[in-house]
Amino acid sequence: MVVEAKTRINLREISNKEDKLAPGHRLCLGCAEGIVVRQVLHAIDYPVVVCSPTGCLEICTGLFPYTAWRVPWVHSAFENAASTIAGVEAAYRALKRRGKIEDRVIKFVVFAGDGATYDIGLQWLSGALERGHTFLYICLNNEAYMNTGIQRSSATLKWTWTTTTPVGKVIPGKKESRKDMTAIIAAHNIPYVAQAAPHAWRDLMTKVRKAIAVDGPSFINILCPCVRGWRYNSKDTIAISKLAADTCVWPLYEVDHGIWRLNYKPSPQRPLTDWFLSQGRFSHLVAPDNANLVIELQQCIDQEWAKLEKLCQCFAD
Amino acid sequence: MSDRLRGKMPEKGWKELPIRGLIIEPGNSVNYETGSWRALRPIINLEKCPHCMFCWLFCPDGSIIVKNSQVTGVDLRYCKGCGICAVECPRQVITMVEEAEVAKETNVW
Ligand SMILES: Cc1ncc(C[n+]2csc(CCOP(=O)(O)OP(=O)(O)O)c2C)c(N)n1
Ligand code: SF4
Ligand code: SF4
Repeated sequence: MVVEAKTRINLREISNKEDKLAPGHRLCLGCAEGIVVRQVLHAIDYPVVVCSPTGCLEICTGLFPYTAWRVPWVHSAFENAASTIAGVEAAYRALKRRGKIEDRVIKFVVFAGDGATYDIGLQWLSGALERGHTFLYICLNNEAYMNTGIQRSSATLKWTWTTTTPVGKVIPGKKESRKDMTAIIAAHNIPYVAQAAPHAWRDLMTKVRKAIAVDGPSFINILCPCVRGWRYNSKDTIAISKLAADTCVWPLYEVDHGIWRLNYKPSPQRPLTDWFLSQGRFSHLVAPDNANLVIELQQCIDQEWAKLEKLCQCFAD
Repeated sequence: MSDRLRGKMPEKGWKELPIRGLIIEPGNSVNYETGSWRALRPIINLEKCPHCMFCWLFCPDGSIIVKNSQVTGVDLRYCKGCGICAVECPRQVITMVEEAEVAKETNVW
């Protein structure tokens, strides 16, 4: 894919800019949420207003009497970040129309966990997307409710260990399949929807720039490896992010004004066992007794990938 | 609570706090030095660094110091010692050293 000139990203240039997320926040060492928020905010050259529902990011960046935010930041309740930012955006438009506030370009951004997005906030998000507010919604997807102690969410892969889906003699982890949230959002026919991951930083930052350029809502589902919940060494966050793309567990793609486009095709695709070996939450799946579960999951992932490839081919020139 | 855990903010009673508990100083988390969490310290061999900026880009804590597009060091006030920079540095010029070893050498504990 050819990147347009206006979206070209020069790291040396942007590294001179002050972080909009200050250090001193209390995310775990190696937490991908800090990396992703920095990448997203460095990709946006406009003033921003941020809203976060409760979750690791909100707790760790807003521990009273401290804040790590150098931009205006609103903490909503768990479920209503989309409605909150929609309200802020609508208020700004109304004030501008009445000449009560300076007219300038401001970007409105939500950073929310997968629990807040896939589960509790879905109805509110769906409403804000349908009403067509202009905002960017980022899902920081660490595949569970991490802040309250690694509970399963509908983003958690089948047969994963979490504290609410413990692995025992009878049941080997979460029994249900994850939901395809990115496709659910795409079905709202909003201008821009994408999946990204922090190892593919240029892809991620380019997607952010495309997302904030549209008139109307945009959504990016970003994989955020979690040291605590996924059970791996903090130094491996970016390597694990890459492995997710290489095993097709987390395909990188976008739906740009209705056009589905694959942004990365691993060659060769790595087997799912590599994914399971990299994290303690899958340690039971590596046991020979559970080989059938691995086969089942590999079939699922392959099927999802094949579907995505076919869909993207429909739109290829 | 020890001073180290409390950070540098003076404790205030509820009457002295801003109304509704608003935090009105942007980015005042810089007064909370998370470097005290660190067990491993990144040491960058700057002579061999071509300033690709990957360590800066992948640091969750914005703790790689950059001046005029050049990496000049690590801000040890905040670096938690995750080690991502050392893994992601394409030139492998960052090494993680045990804080205990640094303390032994410098005699500062
Ligand atoms: C209505 C409501 N229910 C439950 C909670 C408790 N709670 C706080 S954070 C959290 C988990 C957040 O999970 P997620 O959205 O996935 O974000 P993460 O912490 O994983 O980044 C929960 C359940 C709450 N604050 N409000
Ligand atoms: S629990 Fe996971 S998501 Fe939460 S701060 Fe720690 S590493 Fe980040
Ligand atoms: S990642 Fe390595 S080579 Fe690149 S700027 Fe950092 S220290 Fe230098």
